[in-house]
Amino acid sequence: MDPIHQFEIKNLFVLTRIGGHEIAFTNSALYMVIALAVISALMIGATTSRALVPGRMQSIAEISYEFIANTLRQSAGSEGMKFFPLVFTLFMFILTVNMLGLIPYTFTVTSHIIITVSLALLVFLTVIVYGFKKNGLRFFKLFVPSGIPIVILPLVTFIEVLSFISRPISHSVRLFANMLAGHITLKVFAGFVTMLGAAGFFGWMGAVLPLGLTVALTALELLVAFLQAYVFAILTCIYLNDAIHPGH
Amino acid sequence: MAQKSAEPITSIEHIPSSEHGKGFPPFDPTTFASQFVWLVLVFGALYLLMSRIALPRIGAIMDSRRQSVEGDLAEAKSLKDSSDAAIAAYEKALADARGRAQALANETREKFAAEAEAARKELDAALNTRLTEAEQAIATRRTAAMANVHDIAVETAAAIVERLTGNAPAKPDVAKAVAGTLKS
Repeated sequence: MDPIHQFEIKNLFVLTRIGGHEIAFTNSALYMVIALAVISALMIGATTSRALVPGRMQSIAEISYEFIANTLRQSAGSEGMKFFPLVFTLFMFILTVNMLGLIPYTFTVTSHIIITVSLALLVFLTVIVYGFKKNGLRFFKLFVPSGIPIVILPLVTFIEVLSFISRPISHSVRLFANMLAGHITLKVFAGFVTMLGAAGFFGWMGAVLPLGLTVALTALELLVAFLQAYVFAILTCIYLNDAIHPGH
Repeated sequence: MAQKSAEPITSIEHIPSSEHGKGFPPFDPTTFASQFVWLVLVFGALYLLMSRIALPRIGAIMDSRRQSVEGDLAEAKSLKDSSDAAIAAYEKALADARGRAQALANETREKFAAEAEAARKELDAALNTRLTEAEQAIATRRTAAMANVHDIAVETAAAIVERLTGNAPAKPDVAKAVAGTLKS
């Protein structure tokens, strides 16, 4: 009944210790590996025939490809296509672990902040490294919008820097909090069903409402699972666009 | 859940303290290292699989599809062009043939019309000749007949005078008198 219980990390077996940190194969790692297998089966297994007229699974693989390619091309231009594998991997990984987490009794990898922060920092560092590599010091133009009166320029620059630095925080917390809150809500409402169900006939009658809500919430969580993966991917595209075209 | 089922839970608030002591799992730093290591491994492997195998393959599939569709369309267009050209050639041949047939028909019609005209003129001429001949014959006959009428009138007049008077009149006188009467 504990809505937090589902987020517990359990060690399946401990591999090694590095500097006092225990490195173990956990339930989280298991679901990451499952996601890896699912994505590979879809993107590689379903495309082995290289059919000119695609079957169902190959169609899904091609639609995913086109969907992310179009999103990236629209927000970061054709230059952004060199980051296509990164954005595609991010999207597919987040989408798959989100969806896997909605199956009852499974674990949601993205409900842990260390995962979402790591992914957001990967994007953040990619933006910084590529931004300086491609533009040099002109990358700082990102923080100095053109056409701003000189009087308020320091203030605007300060705000721009602040918003740039807070990007990985909002980027990661958005995904983490959505998955966490959604799963807690689902668990609480599903818990009401069993609690009321244990209270006899009138309890059963009363349990209909939370049961209906649980079904509705599951549908909503499916949408959220997709939407958060998409939001993470599109924000990645927008941030990469800043690295490619730093001038506003 | 398994170890908790031994002591039944009566409410959400009543959670065994051993569970409570761990704190909120997503913020438990002891699990960070394991999760991070596995994220790096799995995400790295996924990135390699996608960027080396999956995405180039799907890109190639879609490229080859686009090329084959474009090739098919180009072939269809060239076939359509050649069929259009064949239709145009056929129509031109048809128009030529029709024109030639028309010309031939006109020529033939004119030829036959000219022949018919010539024959008609010939016939006309022949008929006119015969008409003239007949008219001449009629005129000759009439003159001869008129001459005979004169002779007969003279003879008759002479015979009538002889019968009435008993004297045979002189022929020139009678002729003169008849001619005078006929003239008046």
